[in-house]
Amino acid sequence: MGRRVFLGMVALGAAGVAFGSGVQKIIGSAFGSGLGGLLPGGDRFRIYTITGSFPVISRDEYRLQVSGLVTRSLDLTLDDIESMPITKLVKNFQCVTGWRVPEVPWEGVKLSDLLDAAGVHPNAGGVEFDSYDGADTESLTLYQARLPDVIVAYRMLGAPVTTEHGGPVRLYVAPMYGYKSLKWLRAIRVVEHAELGYWEQNGYPVDAWIGGTEESGNQAAG
Amino acid sequence: MRGSVGRRKVAIKPPADLHTEARSDSSAGRLLLRFDRVERAAHWMNALLFAILMATALPLYFAQMEALVGRRELIVQIHTWCGIALPVPLIISLAGPWGRRLRRDVRRFNVWMPEETRWLRGRGREPLPELDKFNPGQKLNALFIGGAIAVMLGTGAILKWFGLFPLDWRTGATFVHDLLAAAIFIVVFGHIAFAVTHPDALRSMFKGWVTESWAARHAPRWLQEENALVSAPDSTSPKDLN
Repeated sequence: MGRRVFLGMVALGAAGVAFGSGVQKIIGSAFGSGLGGLLPGGDRFRIYTITGSFPVISRDEYRLQVSGLVTRSLDLTLDDIESMPITKLVKNFQCVTGWRVPEVPWEGVKLSDLLDAAGVHPNAGGVEFDSYDGADTESLTLYQARLPDVIVAYRMLGAPVTTEHGGPVRLYVAPMYGYKSLKWLRAIRVVEHAELGYWEQNGYPVDAWIGGTEESGNQAAG
Repeated sequence: MRGSVGRRKVAIKPPADLHTEARSDSSAGRLLLRFDRVERAAHWMNALLFAILMATALPLYFAQMEALVGRRELIVQIHTWCGIALPVPLIISLAGPWGRRLRRDVRRFNVWMPEETRWLRGRGREPLPELDKFNPGQKLNALFIGGAIAVMLGTGAILKWFGLFPLDWRTGATFVHDLLAAAIFIVVFGHIAFAVTHPDALRSMFKGWVTESWAARHAPRWLQEENALVSAPDSTSPKDLN
């Protein structure tokens, strides 16, 4: 009896690891992400922080700096960003540790549009990002930064990006794991060679492509 | 003979500081050792680690808690290391010669009679003369926790060393880890609720002993077993008291 209960649980756990991803998809599509987000194991965001609290930045005091190897540095308000051409995406948020929120609506400005507005020097090779939390940093190669589904997002889930999700403005790098999508975006710096970001320095893979290396990405990075 | 039975020592003299208490309640009679020091230490170390794991799990899962606590990486480290430590007290207390009683009690979890299912369905209201040292609910609780430790360690390892596993496994491991965590919260709080509403049983996890009258009511078969061993002349030896 005891052995059966124990082994049964282990077998169930192993089956859950093997098929949980599929089961979660079924639950998500059956109940929608509303109820799916309430169920344990359902589609829900885990909120990551590095510091002790969320940085709270009001709409009025928010500024985004674009600097470094650019023709003209920018110091943008939220109004400035919102007046640029909008890009809307509906895409998964996938954490490298496994949790996933499917079909999240994102709205924002293409990072490549911002880079074009500042004018990137020909010898630039990478882009670094800083956060208002004072701790998080991220980086992309210039090739990655110019992908069409890499955006500076100010709306998410059909509303302005909330503080816990990194509002008022965050990065969303659709083809990569969640740690690349830096929250509370404060500054964008165009550089020759980008330094590793906070999560990469703390053991997360430098190759953040969801599901493994993307060929073209690597070539361009090389 | 006692070697072949593999169990001895049963009835205990009350520890000195309990003498008066035992005597003042003459109806309670003799005291019996329900959990020896090794079993109590294993239980409370396990409980402490579970408490830390459950407390640190909350901000990792609930955004509102994360907003209050922050410093996710620190919380993750505490959670991970307590998880890795989780099997240690159990293994140590089971492994050595000191773990004889614990090993014997673990073997009791493997025995299940049809009457016990009936007892469980009746929420324990009908007396069951065959009740062993642990009632069916206690056995299921122990088995669940044992299985849960194994599954949480396995899925936790996938989340900790995620680079070694395909992405679908990580998603599946998160799914299992989250669902089972919810079940663990329910079972552990149920366990605590039963414990605080059964002070005699709870005391035995602090002090080790129960009264004979408690055993007669809640674990009649275990009492018989203990009595049989007491009456066997060569089976008690005072230094076995713990």
